[in-house]
Amino acid sequence: MEPAGLRLALRVWVTLVLLFLFVPIVLIVLYAFDRSTVESWPISGFTLHWFSIAWHDQAVRSAFVLSVKVGLLASGIALVLGSAVAYSLRQFVFFGRDAISFLLVLPIALPGVITGIALSSFFTFTGIQLSLWTIMIGHATFCIVVVFNNLIARLRRMPDSLAEASMDLGARGWQTQLYVTLPMVATALVSGALLAFALSFDEVIVTVFTSGANNTLPIWIFGAIRLGQQLPEVNAVVSIVIVLTIIPVMLAARIAGAGAVARSARAAAAQETGRL
Amino acid sequence: MRAVTVTDGQAAGGMWSRASAALWRRPWARATLLLTPPLAWFLLIYIAALVVLLITAFWQVNPFTNNLERIWNLGNFTQIFETPAYRSIIARTVGMAAGVTVVDAIIAFPFAYYMARIAGGRTRIVLFVAILLPLWASYLAKVYSWQLILTSTGVLNWSLGRSGAAGLINTNWAVFIVFCYIWLPYMVVPVYAALDRIPSSMIEASQDLGGRTWRTTRSVILPLVLPGLVAGSIFTFSLTLGDYITPLLVGGTNSVFIGTVIYDNAAGLNNVPLGAAMAIVPIAIMACYLLFARSLGAFREL
Repeated sequence: MEPAGLRLALRVWVTLVLLFLFVPIVLIVLYAFDRSTVESWPISGFTLHWFSIAWHDQAVRSAFVLSVKVGLLASGIALVLGSAVAYSLRQFVFFGRDAISFLLVLPIALPGVITGIALSSFFTFTGIQLSLWTIMIGHATFCIVVVFNNLIARLRRMPDSLAEASMDLGARGWQTQLYVTLPMVATALVSGALLAFALSFDEVIVTVFTSGANNTLPIWIFGAIRLGQQLPEVNAVVSIVIVLTIIPVMLAARIAGAGAVARSARAAAAQETGRL
Repeated sequence: MRAVTVTDGQAAGGMWSRASAALWRRPWARATLLLTPPLAWFLLIYIAALVVLLITAFWQVNPFTNNLERIWNLGNFTQIFETPAYRSIIARTVGMAAGVTVVDAIIAFPFAYYMARIAGGRTRIVLFVAILLPLWASYLAKVYSWQLILTSTGVLNWSLGRSGAAGLINTNWAVFIVFCYIWLPYMVVPVYAALDRIPSSMIEASQDLGGRTWRTTRSVILPLVLPGLVAGSIFTFSLTLGDYITPLLVGGTNSVFIGTVIYDNAAGLNNVPLGAAMAIVPIAIMACYLLFARSLGAFREL
């Protein structure tokens, strides 16, 4: 038992850290409703004007559509490839298993700028034009580990006895997979895909190098902030992006538990790296 | 896996079930079938890209024609290590990464301790979500919101009663604060996981043996949390080493880091070989860091 004084001090500390974490996020949403065109505090009144501007901005719309397309494609590919790896690492014992899980973590363990410049040199070297597909390739590469982490954790917790019982009752291999294993891992798969989508939808560090002239939503935001133009509109767009990235994460947490969300975060990947 | 289904062949004919049975009896065939696509993806795209990056680092750009010359040489590396400006950029980046890591560890430890050992079940879940939401909330939104806070007419100056005075924006302090803010959750999660794994009996034993709070923390809890701290530090360190968005958005003219040099050369100045050589620097630093952490024996616990 900790002394009462220490407990109080810790409680104060936790409160301060929570304020530190949430004040900036709340603030940006408040600014989105600010009537002034100059960003200054305190804000000068309430308006929905900037949301309307953002809604009717063709550049924002097409960037949004591209982000959604890339997110869906990247999380789809990550879902297929990530679950293939998770399933084989769980089922089979073979030489080089550790090397494979290390390989998967590498794209998010190394700073994003390295993945970015590596991919851009690679596309230049092979003469591949930058397009939606090159953005998608970059995103899928670091999303695979998200699906993988989610699924392998679920598979490790699943007792072998269920699959064995299914086989003893005469089910074939594929029947066991389809009717016994799949229903038990379904929520892990869905939450993995949702988190992969959230990661892709928000990515900017790698995308800068792989997008060429194509604007995803984060690329549009980055450009607007750098130029210092349309900032009130940026506030509105950014607030929408916050909500849109939080929704899939909340859904994933509801479906598969908060642990899944933590596991898929880079922090959990750190522990995977640490194991090597 | 065991149990071979003997009746598979006769039970039902048909290509599909025979193929399925054949696959089931040959685990290596299933493993190959499953692993080929993902491994191909990683080897043909990601590893190939890293190899191209490494090769590009040994090429150069003709200073007069601006054309890429595919001639092997160490020019980029000698340029990086012999130019004082580049050396101080590397030192500044490593110092920043180390500072951010230490400050985040100091902020994260008491928070994670409260979460793991004092908070009740419900509070713990709330705090867990409270850490994870900012972690997943849009990266750009978080950096940008600090631009609004630190600017001269921002919240910070306003609450200090000095509205209009020069803000912290466009300084290395701004970059430092934003890095600490963005990567904090990546430190809290593994430290919390490590604290959560410590059996209460160990702490009780220390207290029974007369260890006060401070002594127990130092001699029992800290050694057991070290793997979590190292895991978190790998990320705060690595993410800071390579970030270029934050210095570009909240930093000033002096906020040149490894990441911004890579970005400028690759995206703006068209000197991709120099950018590629600069990208080898954080890879080498991270490799050393991982080896160092491993030699501490910190990974054995994980």
